Amino acid sequence: MAQVRLEHITKRFGDGSEAVTAVDDVTLQIEHHEFMILLGPSGCGKSTLLRMVAGLEDPTAGDVFIGDRRVNDVEPKQRDIAMVFQSYALYPHKTVAANIEFPLKVRGVGKAERAAEALRAAEVLGLEPQMKRKPGQLSGGQRQRVALARAIVRNPAVFLMDEPLSNLDAKLRGDTRAELVDLHRRIDSTFLYVTHDQVEAMTMGSRVAVLSDGRLQQVGTPQEVYDRPATAFVAQFIGTPPMNMLPPGMLGSDAVQVGIRPEHLRLTPGGELHAIVKQVEHLGHEVLLFADANGTRLISRLDPSSFVPEVGDPVAFDAEPGRLHRFDATSGERVS
Amino acid sequence: MNRRLRDVPWAIVMLLPSIALIAVWTVYPLVKAIQKGHLRCDVTGTKCRDAGWGRYWDVFTSAEFQHALGVSLKLMVLTVPVGLLLGIGLAVLADKHLRGIGVFRTIFSSTVATSVAVASLVWFTLLQPQIGVFADMFSGWFPVVKNPGLLNDANTALPAVALSSIWANLGFTFIIITAALQSVPRDLYESAFVDGAGSVRRFTNVTIPMIAPTLLFVGVVLTTRALQTYGEIALLTGGGPNPEKPTTTIPYLIYGRNSLISNDLGTKSAAAVLLFLLSLVLALVQFRGLEKRVHYGR
Repeated sequence: MAQVRLEHITKRFGDGSEAVTAVDDVTLQIEHHEFMILLGPSGCGKSTLLRMVAGLEDPTAGDVFIGDRRVNDVEPKQRDIAMVFQSYALYPHKTVAANIEFPLKVRGVGKAERAAEALRAAEVLGLEPQMKRKPGQLSGGQRQRVALARAIVRNPAVFLMDEPLSNLDAKLRGDTRAELVDLHRRIDSTFLYVTHDQVEAMTMGSRVAVLSDGRLQQVGTPQEVYDRPATAFVAQFIGTPPMNMLPPGMLGSDAVQVGIRPEHLRLTPGGELHAIVKQVEHLGHEVLLFADANGTRLISRLDPSSFVPEVGDPVAFDAEPGRLHRFDATSGERVS
Repeated sequence: MNRRLRDVPWAIVMLLPSIALIAVWTVYPLVKAIQKGHLRCDVTGTKCRDAGWGRYWDVFTSAEFQHALGVSLKLMVLTVPVGLLLGIGLAVLADKHLRGIGVFRTIFSSTVATSVAVASLVWFTLLQPQIGVFADMFSGWFPVVKNPGLLNDANTALPAVALSSIWANLGFTFIIITAALQSVPRDLYESAFVDGAGSVRRFTNVTIPMIAPTLLFVGVVLTTRALQTYGEIALLTGGGPNPEKPTTTIPYLIYGRNSLISNDLGTKSAAAVLLFLLSLVLALVQFRGLEKRVHYGR
């Protein structure tokens, strides 16, 4: 049973006036066997947070718990974790089998047992035919699997992954997403997964923790985060195309910023928002309409079978009732 | 195919400068030396006659060459492993991210900018029996009635020269190994660390294999340099002390002022060609023997 608990974690790099706060007072609890995604743009502190769980960085303040144990001063080796790096970090001079066996070898596991365990891990990931090869002879996807196999071979309580799919091409990334979800289902480990890709976050996570500028913005299931973003940042970061954000005063009070998802912005003759169509993208299953309303860009998602205006046409939009997101204009926090 | 043919004249033009340089400075002297190696000359070196390829065997089996070969190989054994180990050690020390480490990097690499003449002068002073720091240090350990100095003692002359040679080459070794260490991806160390590998294991499982191609390269270069050692010997010992001549290496036998064969152009050429063959064979042995264990690329 491994729950991961982060309590008021802060990490500052450098000192004095040059200090940079990478992680700012983050408190987060990851339940046993949860697939938790740390999501945010680059530089938001998500990787630093993961590295503190791994023991590669020490928090400046706050406590890290794995299970019931406070692990701030525990070596990575004793934390019962395994980590998959973005670059895979495979040893180029070792065969696939030796790479997978390495964590066991370090722990003094005997040769025969090591080979058996490595084979078992390789089977989970379909790597048996590659065992005698070296990483240089493998495709990107295969290398990624070797890194995963090396991580699962010890049955770690917690599995840490730092953007493991970002070096794969789009097709392979899609397949591997599904495989990771499947792997999570089959093994009894807690997953902590860092990504900047919201598609990965939405499709794989049991829950998503969104970070920005080192601060935790929101924690929730992918659907919750999408349906009720807690801050204007989350609202704009999640969703493709992003949520329309109207400047304060355009719709309602001056103190609130109103957000409308493109699918909830409907073309309505006599609608409240007037705009000129700037661009129309036909994507087959949907049409994206980009329009300009006095300098504010509006994006609307339309059904291709419905009426689609042309570039230069004046149009009017209305928001679907009950689908408005209101955020405080200064703090960015959700009002309703 | 057509395009390739069209490119040939330009390719020749582009290659011409390199071909010319190599032809004039490498191929021509080598061919000339091989020709002259056939010559057997009288004592004054003025009258020579062609003695054919057999001359090489005569020179190789001569007592002078055999002695110099032994000295050269001894010098190689004294300098290469120690130089390599010291270079790795210093480079690993300086690879830490510590405050002020740049100063140490500069100091460690400084000998690369020191000429053999200057280095030898420094060591000559250090080893000088009257004022030298090292001579004093050792004479305290081994009290003798009259201290001749390490360079004048037939037993210590070669190790003393080796010391100076190791020091002079250390900057080069340090710089190349430091560069290799910096090219090892940090992820590999972190991954090994998370997997539980301690510093020794990280060194043997990550550092050494990852810099192995560089170590092979440095090893071959140091071996070749050891076999070509001339400047230190000319300045520190002049091939002596006599009569044992424990520091007469092959290059000193060829060029040295005090060399027995200094007037004999034919024998000198033959010895030079033999030295070239020896370096070639050793380099080939190193590449062949170690290449299988060295992993290049990712």
